[in-house]
Amino acid sequence: MLRSILRSAVVCCSLLASLSTGALAAQKTSVKVGFVTFLSGPAAGPFGVPAKLAAEAIVDSLNRGEAPAPYQIKGFGGLPIELVIVDEAGGASKQVAEFRTLVQRQDVDLVIGYIGSGDCLAVAPIAEEVKRLTVLFDCGTPRIFEEGSYKYVFRTRPHATMDAVAAALYLRDTHPTARRIAGINQNYAYGQDSWNDFEASIKALNPDVDIVTSQMPKFGAGQYGSEISALFAARPDVIHSSLWGGDLEAFMLQAQPRNLFRKSTLVLVAGEPYLHRLPGKIPDGTIVGARGTNGVYAPDSPLKKWLVDIYKTRADGLAPNYPAYSVAEAFLGVKAAWEKAIGKKIGSAIPMGAAKNVKEEMDKAYAPPTQDEVIAAFEHSTFESPSGKVQMSLGNGHQAVTGTAYGATHFVDGVVKVEKIRYYKADEVTPPAGVKSLDWIRSGFKRGN
Amino acid sequence: MTRDRTVLALLVVVAVLLAAGPFLPRWMISLFNVSMGYGIVVLGMMLLMRTGLVSFGHGLYYCLGAYAAGMIDQIWNVSDMLAMIGGGIVVTAVVSTILGFLLSKYREIFFAMLSLAFSMILYGLLVKSASLGSTDGFNVAAKTLAGMDITGKGLRLTVYSVTVVVMGIAALLLHRYLASHRGRLAGAIRDNELRVEYMGASVRATVHVNYVISAVLAGIGGALMAINIGHIDPEMTYWPQSGEFVFIAILSGTASVFAPLGGALVFETVRSFAYEYSPNTWQMVLGITMLVVMIFLPGGLWSLFTRKKVAA
Repeated sequence: MLRSILRSAVVCCSLLASLSTGALAAQKTSVKVGFVTFLSGPAAGPFGVPAKLAAEAIVDSLNRGEAPAPYQIKGFGGLPIELVIVDEAGGASKQVAEFRTLVQRQDVDLVIGYIGSGDCLAVAPIAEEVKRLTVLFDCGTPRIFEEGSYKYVFRTRPHATMDAVAAALYLRDTHPTARRIAGINQNYAYGQDSWNDFEASIKALNPDVDIVTSQMPKFGAGQYGSEISALFAARPDVIHSSLWGGDLEAFMLQAQPRNLFRKSTLVLVAGEPYLHRLPGKIPDGTIVGARGTNGVYAPDSPLKKWLVDIYKTRADGLAPNYPAYSVAEAFLGVKAAWEKAIGKKIGSAIPMGAAKNVKEEMDKAYAPPTQDEVIAAFEHSTFESPSGKVQMSLGNGHQAVTGTAYGATHFVDGVVKVEKIRYYKADEVTPPAGVKSLDWIRSGFKRGN
Repeated sequence: MTRDRTVLALLVVVAVLLAAGPFLPRWMISLFNVSMGYGIVVLGMMLLMRTGLVSFGHGLYYCLGAYAAGMIDQIWNVSDMLAMIGGGIVVTAVVSTILGFLLSKYREIFFAMLSLAFSMILYGLLVKSASLGSTDGFNVAAKTLAGMDITGKGLRLTVYSVTVVVMGIAALLLHRYLASHRGRLAGAIRDNELRVEYMGASVRATVHVNYVISAVLAGIGGALMAINIGHIDPEMTYWPQSGEFVFIAILSGTASVFAPLGGALVFETVRSFAYEYSPNTWQMVLGITMLVVMIFLPGGLWSLFTRKKVAA
């Protein structure tokens, strides 16, 4: 009996699966956005879930038309945004499968997502194949637009080269006598790239520096006793690190009691999201980055206030960290392009009274823009975000550049504050179009001829 | 004993799938491609399980097959689909033949752990090789099929058709092997190795051959997956991936070559819809599915379709 029930269940499920053919085509009443972020795994806590909270808060606020100018129109050009949230866990092959599901079964209008660089690299060619607008919001690798050229793929945050170059510039400006440089980075693509870019940058700025050691513990190691000893023995002036998440916290907890940072200045390229978790455990004078002018480095503006307010109400009073700012860049970038595309159509519509088909023409002009119109408006665009101005200027207008900032921590009254902030303009820290990041760094940051 | 209709059924299934290809929605094509890629790997797992062995390191061959497929493009600029699959077969056959000399001595947990160790060695090597993109991996694109240009609109359908045909051939050959003299030894070895030796057959040679066959199947699956997904990374040889193959093999059962293929399809379908409908708890959905199958169908999903016949 049970057997036959189970058997019919299996058969029914397979039939159902083969019959349900995704969303039914209908009059466009909303914009369906697939949002992919880590909901499980090590990146969920520091990046994935803050990004999800930010996306929900932003969509909610945009749909109610409560965002400050120039984003006060509801949703995307008046159409409400509908979020479909998907977990990014499981690796690139699953993400490709899920991306296809989002586009081909769920029929989303666009996809915003991806924190892992491997996922971004894998998904980009598929987005091109299925011809669906895809906005990468957080991943860092410069390889996406340096090794490929895409029509349907955009990235609304600058790539990770900027973080390394700006860290080297900040050291030159604030620690000009530092000679002995060490690094501790996770042994995976992001950790390796961060260190390689930083090492090349610091050598390009000052050929006399001495790289005394580069420690590469494995991702998720948790125990850093031997690495800390090796760092001690190397007597570095500066320790560079792109550690994040539990790894960063574990390293800090183990290095601090051993006084590793008494004579060495620590540079945390992606340290900003942890400031609130490390009071008393992060030495004064630690140089922290937020991968852009995000979080504490975001310039005061109505947009920043908006993001902080809506995020805090969702996240029990916690301030948004840099992934949340990246999400805002992605949504506002699409919104700006969407509304610019409508504006363009209205602008070029037949003037009133000049022709016969006025009503049809005006209906067409006020209709939601097609994907190609949004893409055309998105390319090479410039838009405002809570992190300041974003310019889509690399990768044929598909890769954003922004300025960035670094500062040093100061622990006062139980709170970690960031002082001695220095801002760097986009063209000081990102390569010009058509030049690969590492080549640009090694050329001594040459711009044009 | 009733006549074995598996071969006929297999041919019918392949023909139906090929004929249905152009009419299937696109998401189903990609679901099929992924499932069949897994299915072929699990065919190999099934053979090992019949021999009484569980490998927690078959990601090694799955990944090697994929990297072989991707790297013949990088090194020799060959992006022919058949050459990529061929590359996967050659590399996995060579590596598994060598490792087989060692592994065929071990059984049970020792075999499982040793195979896991080898897969993690490959993982470590790949993570350290920045030229292969470290953990980010690199993109792979098949451009021709036996010399014909396949890029453009029909690419997915071509990949689908090739996958179906390769799957059919793999299942057919495995089925023939299982029915052969050496193939039948697998079950005997699982039951009692000593008796097999007394019968005059070599247990080690059989285990070695079965190991190589299962490795090559994993390599083919990996190569197909590389072509289908278009991206490969070291995650393919990380232990959860190998665990997933064991998961699907247990879910499917080992009674027929249809079991792994059907099981992989069920697994992928459940996973895909779980991702869609419960993004926060998709792992739990998979876990519960597994529990239900293990409790009510200890012989795997396939036992739904067989046990009655046996009783009759």
